[in-house]
Amino acid sequence: MTVKQISVFLENRKGQLNEITKILAQAGINLLALNIAETTEYGIVRIIVDDVAAATDALIGAGMVVKVSDVSRVTISNSVGGLNSALQKIADAGIDIEYMYSMVSGDSENADMVFKTADSTALEAALAN
Amino acid sequence: MAEKYFTPEIETMPRDEIKKLQSERLVKQIKNVYENVEPYRKKMDAAGVKPEDIHGIEDLHLLPFTTKDDLRDEYPYGMLARPLSDCVRIQSTSGTTGKRVVAFYTQNDIDMWDECCARAITAVGGTKDDVVQVCYGYGLFTGGPGLNGGSHKVGSLTLPMSSGNTDRQLQFMQDLKATILCCTPSYAEYLAESAINTGAIDNIHIKAGIFGAEAWTEEMRRDIENKFGRGMKAYDIYGLTEITGPGVAFECSDQGGMHVNEDYFIAEIIDPKTGEVLPYGSKGELVFTTIAKEAFPMIRYRTRDICVLSDSQCPCGRTHVRMSKPMGRTDDMLIIRGVNVFPSQIETVLLEQGYEANYQIIVDRVNNSDTIDVNVEMTPEKFTDNLGKVADMEKQLVSALKSMLGIFAKVHLVAPRTIARSEGKAVRIIDNRKL
Ligand SMILES: [Zn+2]
Repeated sequence: MTVKQISVFLENRKGQLNEITKILAQAGINLLALNIAETTEYGIVRIIVDDVAAATDALIGAGMVVKVSDVSRVTISNSVGGLNSALQKIADAGIDIEYMYSMVSGDSENADMVFKTADSTALEAALAN
Repeated sequence: MAEKYFTPEIETMPRDEIKKLQSERLVKQIKNVYENVEPYRKKMDAAGVKPEDIHGIEDLHLLPFTTKDDLRDEYPYGMLARPLSDCVRIQSTSGTTGKRVVAFYTQNDIDMWDECCARAITAVGGTKDDVVQVCYGYGLFTGGPGLNGGSHKVGSLTLPMSSGNTDRQLQFMQDLKATILCCTPSYAEYLAESAINTGAIDNIHIKAGIFGAEAWTEEMRRDIENKFGRGMKAYDIYGLTEITGPGVAFECSDQGGMHVNEDYFIAEIIDPKTGEVLPYGSKGELVFTTIAKEAFPMIRYRTRDICVLSDSQCPCGRTHVRMSKPMGRTDDMLIIRGVNVFPSQIETVLLEQGYEANYQIIVDRVNNSDTIDVNVEMTPEKFTDNLGKVADMEKQLVSALKSMLGIFAKVHLVAPRTIARSEGKAVRIIDNRKL
């Protein structure tokens, strides 16, 4: 399913990530997933939260550069080869993955993954097979 | 359409004749100021130069410079070359600090200034059939009176709007069918945006704009032209009160630099550090000598504007040298690995690349070599969730800076609001070099 992801620009300075988590905690927002892509200079913190509007408001209010984009949340089997089989299906469908990361899941049978691709509908169709 | 000139015999005069005319006028002017203006006489005496030493423009470099501080020291009457009874007008600079500079004009000086602005209006296609809307400020500021006088001289119908009151500006622009707009480029952009928002743009027929009195970029030019639409063209104009006002130099149909009115003003480019005259094509400080002005002659006046002069042939047929848009002010100049770097150049690149003009320059010396780092704030518009794209943006910025500055500058994308605003120059540049 398509979910909203919030990306935040992060300068690689001490305490920057902590600043973001503090803002979210103070706004009473629960983090469902967090992923960081970085260079030595800066990074992008990508988060999935329970209340996108409130989190965006809080971050922008604190002067952060924020971008909300659509990503695909996909549930896969939490077993040996589970991820491999999902990735195989995506590759067979000729879909490029820009990036991916894992997120909390409600049960231990399954694991949730976040995928960023150019076409979330195509991705979901590929995985439904 | 054939190019139109206001005074063709002067504007297309062969270069050797222009130089001859300049030489004759210079010799007379130097004799005049030596006899009538004490500060010039004292400076020339101190430099050991007599009026007899000046035979033509080839001797111009012998003369001492005049600076804004000289004008402040001699405020208000010290630089006058004519009795006050010969003067008919005063204009003043919009100086933000210290004493203002007041400039005096005889009737001939006003006529000469009008002639300069008439040439500028004609160069953008203005004729007596045009309606010229002047929304530069009128008063002590030279913008309004200068273009107003030029428009009269051309015989255009002149709308002396002065600045402000955008609703009325747009109303008159529509009702009175203005065809040429004179104002600052930022106000032109604002007028166009307002006209688009209110729908007034459909009834507006501005075909050309003469925009000056502030720095602007090629990107702004395209933006203004697109907003007004219908093939509207935006032109630059240059001037300063000390020299006369707008019209010292103006852009022609080629839009590739501003022709200096060389029958009235001699332009030089100097190295701002050494004062040495540099050849055409070099970047340096622009210096003017007024060879026809009566009341308030300026000899080798240092404008503090950095630009390039070119005597290459212009497609418009005018023979007078062209000056580039000012690239910065000497006050802000940094020398990095022997290259002159101006914060305004960095600002131009940032604006063109879609960043805010909020930046910090850190200069240091590592292993006997200068380094320059530029901190640039990330903006919500530029930010993406893709690290590769952010890295590409950074690379693009580095290469745009390289082509503008001629040297490599390291770029750091920083979080917004981490660079102090408002305070201006002091925080923009951090020079850690221990020289
Ligand atoms: Zn030209």
